[in-house]
Amino acid sequence: MKNKRAFFVIPYVGWMTLFVVAPIIIVAVYAFTTAGGEFTLDNFSRMGTYASVFLRSFELAIIATLICLLIGYPLAYVMAKEGPRFQRIAMVLIMLPMWMNFLLRTYAWMSLLENNGLINQAFSALGIVDLSNAINGGLNSFCAWLNSGLLEWVNGLLGSDFVLNTARPTDQTFIRMLFTQGAVVLGMVYNYLPFMVLPIYSVLVKMDNSLVEAARDLGANTSCVFRRVIFPLSLPGVLSGVTMVFVPAVSTFAISKMLGGGTQLMLGDLIEMLFMGSAYNPNLGAAISIVMMLIVVICMWVMNRFGEGEEQAVIL
Amino acid sequence: MKKIVALTLACLMAASLFLTGCSVRQNGGNMQYTGNNSGSNAGDTGSSNSGDREVNVCSWGEYIDESLIDEFEAATGITVNYVTVESNEALYSQLQQGGVNYDVIVPSDYMISQLIEEDMLAELDYDKIPNFSLIGDQFKNLSYDPENKYTVPYTWGTLGIIYNSTMVDGEITSWDAMFDPQYAGNVLMIRNSRDAFGIALMDLGYSVNTADEAEIREAYQRVVDANENGVYQAFVMDEIFQLMENGNAAISAYYAGDYLSMLENNPDLRYVIPEEGTNWFVDAMCILKDADNVDEAHEWINFIASTEANLRNMDYIWYASPNTTALEEYPAYYEELYGEPLDMELYEIMAPSQDVLDKCEAYLVLPSDARTLYNDLWTQLGIV
Repeated sequence: MKNKRAFFVIPYVGWMTLFVVAPIIIVAVYAFTTAGGEFTLDNFSRMGTYASVFLRSFELAIIATLICLLIGYPLAYVMAKEGPRFQRIAMVLIMLPMWMNFLLRTYAWMSLLENNGLINQAFSALGIVDLSNAINGGLNSFCAWLNSGLLEWVNGLLGSDFVLNTARPTDQTFIRMLFTQGAVVLGMVYNYLPFMVLPIYSVLVKMDNSLVEAARDLGANTSCVFRRVIFPLSLPGVLSGVTMVFVPAVSTFAISKMLGGGTQLMLGDLIEMLFMGSAYNPNLGAAISIVMMLIVVICMWVMNRFGEGEEQAVIL
Repeated sequence: MKKIVALTLACLMAASLFLTGCSVRQNGGNMQYTGNNSGSNAGDTGSSNSGDREVNVCSWGEYIDESLIDEFEAATGITVNYVTVESNEALYSQLQQGGVNYDVIVPSDYMISQLIEEDMLAELDYDKIPNFSLIGDQFKNLSYDPENKYTVPYTWGTLGIIYNSTMVDGEITSWDAMFDPQYAGNVLMIRNSRDAFGIALMDLGYSVNTADEAEIREAYQRVVDANENGVYQAFVMDEIFQLMENGNAAISAYYAGDYLSMLENNPDLRYVIPEEGTNWFVDAMCILKDADNVDEAHEWINFIASTEANLRNMDYIWYASPNTTALEEYPAYYEELYGEPLDMELYEIMAPSQDVLDKCEAYLVLPSDARTLYNDLWTQLGIV
């Protein structure tokens, strides 16, 4: 019996060895060698130079993951509570964009976010651009007032030189959206939101409603039921959602290249550039990939520890 | 429980679909295979050559009249797998990386010398390329291939400043505009190290072929300063078409032929060869040493070098042809096709006269430590 079962595992193990373990070993070999094939740690000692790229990538990925969670959780919650018809329609609407090529969707965002793009045209028609100019003007004079009053006093007191920005643009004819970090986050949220919604939804929809009723019976109010019962029970879904959004977001390169403009690289851009792009250095690229993998694994491990106790609750 | 598993599986499948989407991009810039099936079917029935002959061509984006591919397939029965890549550096990365099996590539001059130096190109059999005789003498035996053993020129042209006359006061005459904080947020810099640093070198009055580390670092610093001052909206390659045509940026640097394509969609655009001079380049067809389809590759090169193909390419991509007859006949060809005379000022941009070219400098291959420096600085650039 046991041997028969082991037989079924062979294709999986073969696949994993060939396409997961072997590539990781190859990447590791690259990371510890020079172009000539000699052992070196140089690739890792140069890592400090790229600290800002690591920081930026993780920062943007964390922001995108949080936004996905904030949008995705309520959506999954509402879906799980509604009738089957609503669930079906909502599911199709969430999956629909994923049936279209991902690059095409991101490219479409480029033309939407352009300086003369559709969104900016709508903004100027609705007076939002003027409003933003007016707000900037107001902020400028307020900051100027603070600079000459309060801050001057503080600076005199502390011997410091704090100055607030008074040069916000007041003559914009559009709001710059494309090629900003905000656009990159938007692209990530747009592309990865389904990966957050679906796992949370699948947990919530399976949840035993009698637990909620029991909590109510015992006198818990709505917010207490959510905090103490529903949310803890949905945590496994949240954790897998966070993983599925965070990991691709931190290593994305197409989104940041198209919507970020490449003036500030992200990790994915950097690795792509070193492997396939305009600066060929696969050894350094492999080292950066390894460090990124390690950081991601550590993040995931910490997060899973954090959710461990709660997972027991689901089994109960 | 089943539902969770099913949903997770669905997610994973969607994720893997999406991931493969990425890796296609990774492998080929904007990968596109043209007319694969239809072409081979037409070929099989139309010619006595019933074997599945094919040729793998790698070129730049928007760089061929695609009907030429269909025509070649129909005439010869050879299936053309046409793939595009973003820049010379990206092409070089792919060739180093392996995993691609191109037969014909169309790199620029300096990359050709680098590939020859590294023994990656095959010597051509010019007996199989009779149309090579149509290529003008001024495009033969150039510094990148002094004995002309490896290459057949495809196009040539210049790099220059493209600007939107409605978004800029006065005329732009100098490379300084690419670094001027006055245009903060309105400049598109080119996304390949050779051109980007080349522009800075020309602006500083140095040779684009300098191997002097101090000069290269000074050029790098010029680009970094401008980037930190927010001059650059983005680093772009072919995205530039959309961005300049829609008036999203005022100033950019790109190739003359592409300017003419953009001009068709936005008449406010201007092209200028800055007073400091510029780069003039030749892109030439070569066959890789490890090519599988050498005969087919020769046939393709001969077909593309013909006067007819050159005329059609010139009309489609607006890059100047090295084929002497095509170059002379093009104004007449244009007039016949469109019923109006060709604007000779535009023709001068497309195929500048010798006195303009005298101001220009071709890129030569850099020594390997300068190339390493270029790569290192280029990766530094986006780190800010």
